Amino acid sequence: MYAALWRSVPGPTWVRSLLFLALALLVVALLFGWVFPAVSQLLPFTDNTVGAGTATGR
Amino acid sequence: MLRRLVGWAGELLLTLGVLLLLFAAWQLWWTDVVADREQDGIVRSLEEDFADGRTAEVGTDDIPRTAGDDGAFAIVRIPRFGADYARPVVEGTDRDVLTRGVGHYVGSAGPGAVGNFALAGHRTTYGRPFHDVDRLEGGDRVVVETAGEVFVYEVTERRIVRPRDVEVIAAVPGSPGREPTERLLTLTSCHPRYSATERFVVHGRLVEAVPRSQWDPAAWLAAPKAA
Repeated sequence: MYAALWRSVPGPTWVRSLLFLALALLVVALLFGWVFPAVSQLLPFTDNTVGAGTATGR
Repeated sequence: MLRRLVGWAGELLLTLGVLLLLFAAWQLWWTDVVADREQDGIVRSLEEDFADGRTAEVGTDDIPRTAGDDGAFAIVRIPRFGADYARPVVEGTDRDVLTRGVGHYVGSAGPGAVGNFALAGHRTTYGRPFHDVDRLEGGDRVVVETAGEVFVYEVTERRIVRPRDVEVIAAVPGSPGREPTERLLTLTSCHPRYSATERFVVHGRLVEAVPRSQWDPAAWLAAPKAA
């Protein structure tokens, strides 16, 4: 999977490394900015209020 | 062929592992970084508003009539948590509200009012304003600064309840429906840390209401004796 991706990227090794680094940073930015905030809405780990809303109380 | 499949499965599992680690880093570290910055900014803008006498969006009970940009209407200071501890109090207790500060339960009493001024805050993550809530002891001060007055509460009781025990935020805690006569404060947060199975609850009582013009931080925000 990653090997195929590596081969599909053009240029010498250092260019490929830079591209991969940029790609990894982009993925992390997407996760931190949008994916994780959305996912965390579905998880109860940080609930701190009292109430009858959900199974864990919210 | 089999080798190839195993190789793919291995890479997939590694990717999942990295994703989980990244999620933990985001939840436990990055949410604090972002929320601390945002909450500091809200506290500073509240301090400026209070100093300038700007109270346009706030009703007579010190709770916003209309939700403003951030819905913040007070600053809570707790000397036990440090001399520079200051967090905004925001109207509402929805998840997105609680990332901006300490949330005021909608419908509970206003700051300093007869009844129960009930607040919820994160114990961990999102700036964790109530991280040390279990260190509060009887007599510790919780100071709530509003545009007009500064209210000093003293901790009277602490307990651990189940998430469904809504009577802790009733006007008379433990007796829902009864007419309140006292001016009380309630803080709720999750318990134990990094879990949501229980709630840590701290009750307090109003001991002093000081007009802003006569407010003397040095007299009221002294560090409590070591626990």
